[in-house]
Amino acid sequence: MAEFLDYFRKERLPHIWCPGCGHGTVTGALVRAIDRLGLDKNNIVLVSGIGCSSRAVGYLDFDTLHTTHGRAIAFATGVKLARPDLKVIVMTGDGDCAAIGGNHFIHAARRNIDITTIIMNNSIYGMTSGQYSPTTPHGMFATTAPYGNVEYEFDLCELAKAAGATYVARATSYHVTLLTDLIEQAIMNKGFSVVEAMTQCPTYFGRKNKIGGPVETLNWIKDRTVNVKAASSLPPEKLQGKMLIGELYKAERPEYTASYMEMSAKVQRTYNDNFKYKGGDRGCELNSD
Amino acid sequence: MSEEIRLMKGDEAIGEAAVRAGCKAYFGYPITPQNELTAYMAKHMLDKGRTFIQAESEVAAINMVYGAASTGARAMTSSSSPGISLKQEGISYLCGADLPCVIVNVARSGPGLGGISPSQGDYFQSTRGGGHGDYHTIVLAPKSVQEAADLTYEAFSISERYRIPVLVLADGLIGQMMEGVVFKDEIDPASLPPEPFAVGHQAETGRPNRHVTSINLVPEELEKQNIVRFERYGQVKKELTRYEEVQVEDADLVLVAYGTAARVCLGALQDARRKGLKVGLFRPITLWPFPDAAIGRLAGKGSRFLSVEMSMGQMVEDVRLAVNGRAPVDFYGRCGGMVPSEEEVLAEIERILGKRS
Repeated sequence: MAEFLDYFRKERLPHIWCPGCGHGTVTGALVRAIDRLGLDKNNIVLVSGIGCSSRAVGYLDFDTLHTTHGRAIAFATGVKLARPDLKVIVMTGDGDCAAIGGNHFIHAARRNIDITTIIMNNSIYGMTSGQYSPTTPHGMFATTAPYGNVEYEFDLCELAKAAGATYVARATSYHVTLLTDLIEQAIMNKGFSVVEAMTQCPTYFGRKNKIGGPVETLNWIKDRTVNVKAASSLPPEKLQGKMLIGELYKAERPEYTASYMEMSAKVQRTYNDNFKYKGGDRGCELNSD
Repeated sequence: MSEEIRLMKGDEAIGEAAVRAGCKAYFGYPITPQNELTAYMAKHMLDKGRTFIQAESEVAAINMVYGAASTGARAMTSSSSPGISLKQEGISYLCGADLPCVIVNVARSGPGLGGISPSQGDYFQSTRGGGHGDYHTIVLAPKSVQEAADLTYEAFSISERYRIPVLVLADGLIGQMMEGVVFKDEIDPASLPPEPFAVGHQAETGRPNRHVTSINLVPEELEKQNIVRFERYGQVKKELTRYEEVQVEDADLVLVAYGTAARVCLGALQDARRKGLKVGLFRPITLWPFPDAAIGRLAGKGSRFLSVEMSMGQMVEDVRLAVNGRAPVDFYGRCGGMVPSEEEVLAEIERILGKRS
């Protein structure tokens, strides 16, 4: 039995997440998945952006990058291309990933670059005190939706799938065992993997929407989910307004860094061949192309 | 009726002032310490039939401002330092297209993500244009909740008069603190005259189509365009430069400070005066245009200067340019979200004046 605290920067604890927040549960699931896979934590780089979710990497004792709002995936792309041998994991939130970072998210999926993205989706901007996010359900309240959210929410898993991700799954901070299993699968997938972890924000989302405290907010999330395996045998009316959880999509497609290295190797050969007749190393005079 | 004094947070007072100034469209994005402003606009724009959008990013928000401003609507966005950095591309384009708008920066400490505590580290970014190309924005620096409301209210008409974006540079302290504030009368956006550059309503008027853009690929034309814009900047310098002077006439040492730092300096000045030290305060209200002529005048009278800032020293460069070698210019600053205390400034005053005698 491993000591899970060894995965944490103990001097940074206790964390600053609110009492009853689900982000710790998701972080715990990630650590358990890494532990179960027996991965060397020194070969893993964790990257995050800005928001409550992004605090996670500060608490975890891996090599970590805490970057700009929304663009963790772009930074992670840089890490992965410079060191394709490393496992790169992005920890992000719904505002971070789907609003300001939406473009980076879909383009990483399109490239199918080997990065695992864990989205802690609490349907609200928690760190900035409760504005609506791209995943706040229509009609729900937030500090910037005082009359109810006029916009409609993204289905991030459908988005990831449509954009080209090769592993897409969803669980919640209630379904912790499932969440850990899915993160494990996501890390092992050679390509862009997305695990959407629905988590509770009792402080802003729960309170603003009069759902109640942590338990009620967690139950509210749980009640909105149906396991994808059970869903196939349920009538459509039972699936109305429900989010599917479980492994939602898996595909085989060339991975970006592998394709890149392959092409690079090919191009290098051609290049050297072309200049061979000049003899020896390329001189400065040949650098004008 | 509007003489009622209300106790309000700076962020909310800025929001109310904008609503009263006839702001027709506001575009925001969450960032501390200006969230109360965005929330205030969410509540009060919709119930007046005006536009509030929480954009998907600061970049989107500033470009939504460009779009709304193109229709002649009074448009505004707000953010805090890192978010203002993201808006710089859009601000450059707004300046290139000569569109009016109001941008509020409730500044925090940097660089990078930095912290959420107040800072004046955005002085360079604010006064030097901030984005790419040859341009300026008009920069107004309030020292109180009242002044933040007044300057925001006025910012819209200033921006329209010169067709230059106006930046209201507050800081986290002004945004977050509560003070009494009296608001000016409400302007109905419908009562504002149509802008000569605005798109829309073409069918009714039959006028030629308008093209709102900042591009010009002909160097001769683009140069001329920029020269014309800089002639307008010259006019702004003449007409708009603002500052406040406190006991500068007999001062051996003039403190130069704006915003929150100026409030601290006022306390230090009073302490110094009680000790018989002849200290004055010069507070720029427009950071661009910078009141260099007024500072030059004081330098000519033999005062020396101490620039007090919540930064590692940025405005001090403008003070030195204004003084132009005629008097010594010292600097005292705190940064990273630290606010200098009156005692610290007083100690610096005593050190400088003691050294001199």
